[in-house]
Amino acid sequence: MPGPTPNVDGDDAPSDDSDDGVRIDMISGARMEGLTGMEKIRLILDGVRDGNIVILEQGLSPDEESKLIEVTMTEISPDDFTGIEIETYPKAEAGDQSFLDKLMGRNSTQKLTVIGPANQIETLHKDENLISTLVSRK
Amino acid sequence: MWYRALPHRTECLGENTGLEVRMGLLTNLKDSISRVTDGLFAADEPKRIGIYGPPNAGKTTLANRIARDWTGDAVGPESHIPHETRRARRKENVEIERNGRKVTIDIVDTPGVTTKVDYKEFLDHDMDKDDAVRRSREATEGVAEAMHWLREDVDGVIYVLDSTTDPFTQVNTMLIGIIESQDLPALILANKTDLPGSDVQQIANAFPQHETIPLSALEGENMDEVYTKIAEYFG
Repeated sequence: MPGPTPNVDGDDAPSDDSDDGVRIDMISGARMEGLTGMEKIRLILDGVRDGNIVILEQGLSPDEESKLIEVTMTEISPDDFTGIEIETYPKAEAGDQSFLDKLMGRNSTQKLTVIGPANQIETLHKDENLISTLVSRK
Repeated sequence: MWYRALPHRTECLGENTGLEVRMGLLTNLKDSISRVTDGLFAADEPKRIGIYGPPNAGKTTLANRIARDWTGDAVGPESHIPHETRRARRKENVEIERNGRKVTIDIVDTPGVTTKVDYKEFLDHDMDKDDAVRRSREATEGVAEAMHWLREDVDGVIYVLDSTTDPFTQVNTMLIGIIESQDLPALILANKTDLPGSDVQQIANAFPQHETIPLSALEGENMDEVYTKIAEYFG
């Protein structure tokens, strides 16, 4: 559905200006599928800059990850935004990408990804099956 | 270049006379020869090899070691303070000779890649707030620039890791994934083997799909093997 950059907030989405909790946006792969790389990055960073934790069902491609780092760097400002913390399950191997995927330039990005403000999220433990994070309020 | 030119020629072909068709074939032949000769010359051009890795892995120490060993000059200042390198710096035409094989590379020393920069961390290094803020701003610009170089402007990567620290970090995982997705030749160096607590095997286990070479860039240990591998990977 073409149109303006989608926002996680729908018409019926509850207000997120509560001070007594941390909002978590879990974004499905289907929701991300129709977005351009830049729209995905904007969706993530807008949420994170609002102090939300963003969980992507299917993660980003390496190229999108690279651009996410680049755009994040351009938005860091003293006493306001110090960057992001991002965690995915460790990638098994590049070898799990099929030959056809490589040929077609498709990257295997089926990896749940957690992204949050660097000053609010801390990874306690990460292995192939578990990501354990400590999330604090602003 | 070839693909951009092709549709134009294809469109014109239907309207050509016999002479024009022959001229077109000659042009194609000329283009083909020119592509082959371009390729030969391109092979002789220096490869741009980016030195990447997290902050404080010893990238500049390595870049300086390579540059001093082969050109006598340094690339930039080294420091224990994170983000000392805040601009990608290039040392051109470094000729490395190994086993009768000579490779010419441009070394691109890049700022340490991270997803966060907080100026307050610099305050612990005897800096006032203004200096710390300036340094953090330059650091963020440098990291953005390094990512851009990685996507657009390097022909190969030397990925430097501090072998005394845990390599299983998100930044390392992402960067290695980005490098692999670009099909760039990559050499992983486990640096700081002179320090107690160095664990080269941990790095080899983290990235088993790549060869890991131990070294101490500071002490110059195992640089012979590093140069042999550079010639092998990027020659």
